[in-house]
Amino acid sequence: MNKKLTCIECPRGCVLSVDAENGKLVRLEGYECPKGEKYAIAEIENPTRILTSTVLTEGLFLKMIPVRTSDPIPKSDIKKAMSEIIKIRIKRSIRTGDVIIKDFLGSGADLIATRDCSV
Amino acid sequence: MAAAIAAHESGVKDILLLERDQYLGGILNQCIHTGFGIEYFKEVLTGPEYAQRFIKEIKKIPDIEISLKSFVVDLTRDKTLTFIKPGILEKVKARVLIMATGCREKTREMIHIAGTRPSGVFSAGLAQKLINIEGLLPGKRVVIAGSGDIGLIMARRFMLEGAEVRAVIEIEKKTRGLLRNVVQCIEDFEIPMYFNHRISKINGKDRVESVTAVKVDDDLNDIPGTDVRFDCDTVLISVGLIPENELIEMAGVQIDKKTNSPVSHELNKTSIPGLFVCGNSFKVYDIVDSVSLDSEIAGRLAAEYLRKKI
Amino acid sequence: MKPFDILIIGGGVIGASIARELSRYRLRIGLVEKEEEPAFGVSKSNSGIIHPGTQNPAGSLKARLCVQGNILTRKICKELGVDFKEVGELIVAFDETERGRLLQLKKEGEALGVPGLEIVDSAWLKANEPNLSDKAIAALYAPTAGIVSPYRLVYDLSENAGRNGVKFYTGAGVEGISQRGERRFEIHTPQGIFNTRYLINAAGLFADEISAMAGVDDFKIRPRKGEEFLLDKKREHITNHLLFPLPSQTSKGILVIKTSDGNPMIGPTAEDAADKEDLSTSDAGFKKVLLSAQKMIPSISEDDVIAYFAGLRPSAGKDFIIRHEDKVPGFINVAGIQSPGLTAAPAIALLVADILKKNGLSLNKKLIFHGHREKTMQLFAIPQEKTRRLIKKDASYGDIVCRCEMVSAKEVKDAIKRGARTLDGIKFRTRAQAGRCHGSFCTTRLLKILSESIEKPVTEITKRGPGSEIVKGNKSGD
Repeated sequence: MNKKLTCIECPRGCVLSVDAENGKLVRLEGYECPKGEKYAIAEIENPTRILTSTVLTEGLFLKMIPVRTSDPIPKSDIKKAMSEIIKIRIKRSIRTGDVIIKDFLGSGADLIATRDCSV
Repeated sequence: MAAAIAAHESGVKDILLLERDQYLGGILNQCIHTGFGIEYFKEVLTGPEYAQRFIKEIKKIPDIEISLKSFVVDLTRDKTLTFIKPGILEKVKARVLIMATGCREKTREMIHIAGTRPSGVFSAGLAQKLINIEGLLPGKRVVIAGSGDIGLIMARRFMLEGAEVRAVIEIEKKTRGLLRNVVQCIEDFEIPMYFNHRISKINGKDRVESVTAVKVDDDLNDIPGTDVRFDCDTVLISVGLIPENELIEMAGVQIDKKTNSPVSHELNKTSIPGLFVCGNSFKVYDIVDSVSLDSEIAGRLAAEYLRKKI
Repeated sequence: MKPFDILIIGGGVIGASIARELSRYRLRIGLVEKEEEPAFGVSKSNSGIIHPGTQNPAGSLKARLCVQGNILTRKICKELGVDFKEVGELIVAFDETERGRLLQLKKEGEALGVPGLEIVDSAWLKANEPNLSDKAIAALYAPTAGIVSPYRLVYDLSENAGRNGVKFYTGAGVEGISQRGERRFEIHTPQGIFNTRYLINAAGLFADEISAMAGVDDFKIRPRKGEEFLLDKKREHITNHLLFPLPSQTSKGILVIKTSDGNPMIGPTAEDAADKEDLSTSDAGFKKVLLSAQKMIPSISEDDVIAYFAGLRPSAGKDFIIRHEDKVPGFINVAGIQSPGLTAAPAIALLVADILKKNGLSLNKKLIFHGHREKTMQLFAIPQEKTRRLIKKDASYGDIVCRCEMVSAKEVKDAIKRGARTLDGIKFRTRAQAGRCHGSFCTTRLLKILSESIEKPVTEITKRGPGSEIVKGNKSGD
């Protein structure tokens, strides 16, 4: 099966031409860096995304703290991830990069804060 | 911040940074998605993380005085500016001035969408602020006018928050946004995109009830009989950005009427010597990394201007 | 509740003018308005022109009340601290036939008592209105034409009437009127039942329906739509006067208008509308207005337009209907008040007072009538030194909420104190959200200030009343 993909690793947006068989990548053209190659493999074999959202605080200067997964997580987990994220409440001062949930949904990636906020 | 830091590195000692918001970082704070910093920091960052890098850096420099909640009300040709903040009206004269005032979104009114004026019509950036900063959901069934990056990113944001994005409607033949955003924000969520279409009417008395879209030909004229109606409670407008340059216009800087950028033959310079404009207020960039690089140039130009004057 | 002597239905400029005028007397007065705030009906979309009094049929109520109203409006604006600018108007002729009609208009205007009318030639026009098309050959100059902000006038009239004892009820659309004997009306609204001896119908577009409820159904209000387009404030000085073409049978034509807020405005169209709530604008209307405006001022471009809206004129035939209904003693209709209704409003109020007197109500002046109100402070309109003093006195004058129009948190809070309950109410009073970004930057802050001040959750804050909530709820999980 031949497929065209647009690489999302950087703003350039290279168009990749891929052949896949039985869910495995067998041929790849059009990539211009190693990130493109990695992206193509992941997109065919197990598509992943970095998830970004916000979580509610209690008693902090900001009402919402932005968060993200430290690494891409499987696309198929995103719905589940969102329903976990909405349950979280942050009640302590927090710094950019602080881990909020370790090994989020067993993905190996952590859920981390992306903004500083004090009480 | 990038301009201030660069100016300081180039030897400028006495710098005042005015910010009208209550925190530094501007619009980056609400851009919680990733995609920032690949060129500048060689890392994939979110907007707040990107801003945080600069905030950390600038706070280490005592020569840069930061004044938040400070709103400039007047600027004259000799670079005297008046600003107000809670409790204070202050006049300062600068030897050199760098404007990093960013840009604003084009409105529904600028593209003349006919129809009613109910609640539920938002600029994409306002919707972003409502969700990401205020934790509010602006709407549940959304149609997006225009395929600018903020609109595409907000399409995903609405989907993630459980709202439904009914359509993205773009008058041009192809997207105005980055392709990567089409893939990860639109295709990932199977949102229908309508190219060569424009929203011709917003309907609804108190709240948006629907929009009417119409197909356009190559000259962007409506093709009769191609009306489609989308039921929705919210319309996001994402049709481009315009530099904010009303202050320097007040000071007498020549402004290009079409682009709202300063008329200039050289990057960051204006018709007033020693008054520089950088980043999105000079011209609208696609990515923030370019804005930072441009602003650093402005910072260095400002330092050079001061050296030459002495 | 104790019965009112007078209940006024409608919180537009007519209702507010009547309320303020009658508040001089020892009377118990109430006013019911169906919208969330006053001025949200016909008055909100008014052009803001105080007409000199030309172009009205001889012998009509319009003719008499317009000339009289032009004089009275100045006095009221002074008393209430409302900006009134006497900018003058020009009715412009483009050929010899039109020049002939100018002479006719002048003669008619003079017969109606309009002062200062003058025919000016192309040299005068070049000197005094330099952006006007050079195809213009002459104009009728009416120096007494002026401009006000129609909604601010209504708010300030209402506020002053309130200070003098008038009770206001908003969100109080009339659902039924019953009579319990002569001069005993019972008015049913969602805000309760009100009893009154005299009932004044100033319900604008819905005056026919109210009148029918009271038992008089001999007129119909036919809404006629006008679309108007606002230009950027940067174009404030595109004209020095209000510019009119020669009038047609049905309307004064498409004008180039100066407004109290500085933004020039072009329009309005005049189309019969089927629906009293249809406030949509159209692509066709935009094209028509733009072309007509360009005929007068060729340099107006599509890109100058920064906002637009539509209003409905409550038309009930050629003239105003202002009369006591002898069939229903105590019931007074003030209906069909289309142009020049804003100008005529204070004269209409006097006429209504007179009608009440003739129909058995004794008007005794109060010992103390608070005729003056302090002008509402607007940061953008005052000199810097004054701003400095204000900020010293109250720090929140230095807390800017709306960057495009320079509106401070203090002004917003004051507007809420004076009655603003919606984002539109704040906009009309302070101009916050009325600038070039259309609220993209300040809406969240306004939501929060309003929510805190009136102690309602942000999710219940509306643009202009129930049904127009700004957001659909909290983000999931909250």
